[in-house]
Amino acid sequence: MATGTERLFGKAIKRREDPRFITGRGQYVDDVKLPGMTYAAFVRSPHAHARLQRIDATRAKASPGVIAVYSGQDVQVGGLPCGWMLPDIKVPTRPVFASGKVRYVGEPVAMVVADSPYAARDAAEAVSVDYEPLLAVSDGKRAHAQGAPQLFDEIPNNRSFYWTIGDKAATETAFKAAATVVQQPILNQRLIPNAMEPRACVASFSQGTGELTLWVTSQNPHVHRLLMAAFVLGIPETKMRVIAPDVGGGFGSKIFVYNEEVIACWASKTLGRPVKWTADRRESFMNDAHGRDHVTEAAMAFDKSGMVTGLRVSTYANLGAYLSTFAPLIPSFLYGPLLSGVYKLPNIFCEVWGMLTNTAPVDAYRGAGRPEATFLLERLMDRAARELKQDPAEVRRRNLIPKFTGGTPYQTPVAFAYDSGDYEPALNRALEMSGYAAVRKEQEVARRNHRYIGVGVTTYIEACGPAPSAVAGSLGAGAGLWESGAVRVHPTGAITVFTGSHSHGQGHETTFAQLVADELGIPMEQVEIVHGDTAQIPFGMGSYGSRSACVGGSAIVKSVEKVKEKGRKIAAHLLEASEKDLDYADGKWSVKGAPDKSKAWGEVALMAYLAHNIPAGMEPGLEATTFYDPSNFTFPFGAHVAVVDVDVDTGAVKLLKYVAVDDVGKVINPMIVDGMVHGGIAQGVGQALWEHGVYDPDGQLLTGSMMDYALPKADQLPSYDTDRTVTPSPVNPIGVKGAGETGTIASTPTVVNAVLDALSPFGVTHIDMPLTAEKIWKAVAAARK
Amino acid sequence: MKLPVTVTINGQTHKHEVEPRLLLVHYIRETIGLTGTHVGCDTSQCGACTILMNGQAVKACNVFAVQADGANITTIEGLAKNGDLHPIQQGFWEKHGLQCGFCTPGMIMASYQLLERYPNPSEEQIRHQLEGNLCRCTGYHNIVKAIQWAAEHPAQK
Repeated sequence: MATGTERLFGKAIKRREDPRFITGRGQYVDDVKLPGMTYAAFVRSPHAHARLQRIDATRAKASPGVIAVYSGQDVQVGGLPCGWMLPDIKVPTRPVFASGKVRYVGEPVAMVVADSPYAARDAAEAVSVDYEPLLAVSDGKRAHAQGAPQLFDEIPNNRSFYWTIGDKAATETAFKAAATVVQQPILNQRLIPNAMEPRACVASFSQGTGELTLWVTSQNPHVHRLLMAAFVLGIPETKMRVIAPDVGGGFGSKIFVYNEEVIACWASKTLGRPVKWTADRRESFMNDAHGRDHVTEAAMAFDKSGMVTGLRVSTYANLGAYLSTFAPLIPSFLYGPLLSGVYKLPNIFCEVWGMLTNTAPVDAYRGAGRPEATFLLERLMDRAARELKQDPAEVRRRNLIPKFTGGTPYQTPVAFAYDSGDYEPALNRALEMSGYAAVRKEQEVARRNHRYIGVGVTTYIEACGPAPSAVAGSLGAGAGLWESGAVRVHPTGAITVFTGSHSHGQGHETTFAQLVADELGIPMEQVEIVHGDTAQIPFGMGSYGSRSACVGGSAIVKSVEKVKEKGRKIAAHLLEASEKDLDYADGKWSVKGAPDKSKAWGEVALMAYLAHNIPAGMEPGLEATTFYDPSNFTFPFGAHVAVVDVDVDTGAVKLLKYVAVDDVGKVINPMIVDGMVHGGIAQGVGQALWEHGVYDPDGQLLTGSMMDYALPKADQLPSYDTDRTVTPSPVNPIGVKGAGETGTIASTPTVVNAVLDALSPFGVTHIDMPLTAEKIWKAVAAARK
Repeated sequence: MKLPVTVTINGQTHKHEVEPRLLLVHYIRETIGLTGTHVGCDTSQCGACTILMNGQAVKACNVFAVQADGANITTIEGLAKNGDLHPIQQGFWEKHGLQCGFCTPGMIMASYQLLERYPNPSEEQIRHQLEGNLCRCTGYHNIVKAIQWAAEHPAQK
């Protein structure tokens, strides 16, 4: 650790990556331009469900600038793999081009390659495809009904899996003994991620070396390479390089392997020329993996003292037409185990039907399972408060798990053992910051004047950095969940860090450099972070599940410890002192009691490479690689409060105040963490009030553009009041938990509960998300009748 | 059929023959090679392609290159002068007004016009003026702060 100088860990340092972004010099995939570049455009199904009959590309092939047109019969590659298996799961084959049938609107049917993007699109319009339309089903629950259209002959009732967690019998007993039971059907609507940068790829096959380079908008370039090389393209991993340069947001949607990049790789190999494809936003809406889409029945049991005794959950999870890369994981192990929340909840039973429908595949989207669990818990808590005629904050407080920070985890009845927690201070702080008591008084007065203010309070838990790999494997993972971090010290003492994590907005180039510079007491300018290139970096797992700091950061710190350990041996040798007599501070080793006898970091690094005078038997050089596999998830938590004003005559909601108190463990860069919290809140508020990916019953996507899908805008949101409590995680060496998804998890129920609290004088107890002005107005109008 | 266009971009004059349907944003990105201006949607909602055309902030995906004939254009690459960041750029850096950076060029160019209209904008004015620019990362909080910072540190004329 740096001592004597200012610690970099915990400091709000401006981001090092920003200068290139604010001057327009970022390098995103669509900015890549190669000699001989060709451009791809896709022909996509306009039908949700149809038999594919004839594809006629004659006119397209004659179109100016066209180089080739490909469809299913041309492309000989494997199907897109699913990377998570559940017991008795049925996994449909997912060809890269629709084969035999199309199963959702936007499914790729053919691809044109031309010498310009405009020529490719012109020709794509000229491909004529005959379809025999079939009845379609877009709703996860309806897909299970008798007589529903069947997507796959080999998957009866469209059911991919049935999964349960918890103790059914014990939960039934708890409900029988309950003094109060609240229940609520809950729709957690489909969301469409909409990272601002559309997905894109450039595939370039070298006929000279046989190497394939793929620039792709990926959150996990090694996972992309592994899945594509081994399962889809059937080429040695050594012949494939995946580069994910600057990536413009992901939120989950850029984890997965998609059709387009696979086909572009195949086409580049076939044509011997680079092939570029960049989605237009319409294509993003149709073919990026969507999020959420649960239809749930949930009930909560309380005893007569207001303590929660049981939770029962039945969910139909709409998985879309095929299983995306990690689709089965999201509504199972990232959902059920979260259902204890921050509460002592002794009896839980959750069952999930994973359903195939004629819609775009559904997979992880910011929060991924955890927002769905938290939303239903928090809705039920609020319903209970109303039923029990108690303050919603107090109902929560009474049921909180007591503080456990001594290293002994808290075991829930649904598999998770929480690492550390102290939940009440966060709730207290959030209530204090929001002026909760005063707002309640203001609410009373306002109601008498026919103004409807509402307050929502959420206490939540989040699970970050899924781990360890052995457990993930036993639960069906097709991947490990460790991370790599390689630290290469150069002869001058400057350091290049190669991380398997990937930054697509998270600021790794800053936070990881802070970690390293802090550990070594050297200037940050001496540390460079490299990510997003399989040719430079040891195999790594990438960024999702708020794992970069807790898993990726820990891997780097462990490697720093290793090079420091070797450096100490060299320093001791040079100083003719014993290792244990050396102190390390301010970037140098010095002999205890004789501070003028010292060797600076750079001197030791140089000697490691000169190797003229290093301990006998020691190898020259100074670098280390760590594959860090944590022993557990980390569990951030917190409390959020929203205050809203609902105009009951128009249904319009105005967010008056938003308070977030999060505990994400130790914080490396508070500015960056605050930024993530802000963005997470906005996305969660989007789900609460505006966003909804709507398919009509026949499977037509009604929200296929930014004109129809309401993303949060600057003038709809307030500034946020944020604060933190700090409960370090005992799981990893740096005590961090994770901050990428907390805002999204907590803000959705907070805002929904605030709106419903505002409407409580009308007896409105529930409105399905999103709580649009129209729905609110209708609910109030119906209640007034 | 191609039509001639003459456009001055960041002080440099370019002459090309272009298809009449070529969008200005594609002209800037593909023909000129200035890739700082981004394309985030096809329906003019997102604002990632915002540039200044004859002093007005416009969405370059909504303008044909031929409509820019004779125009004077500033893109994100032309905002810093002699290596000095414009105060808006500096504000975005100081206040962490960006994360993934993709919306940032458009946000900055829209903010440029915002500050010309309202040199001392209220938070409400900032939020209203940015209604045509979407950001998925920041929740807008720090973008507002960045513009406030820029308003407090105006460029030396």
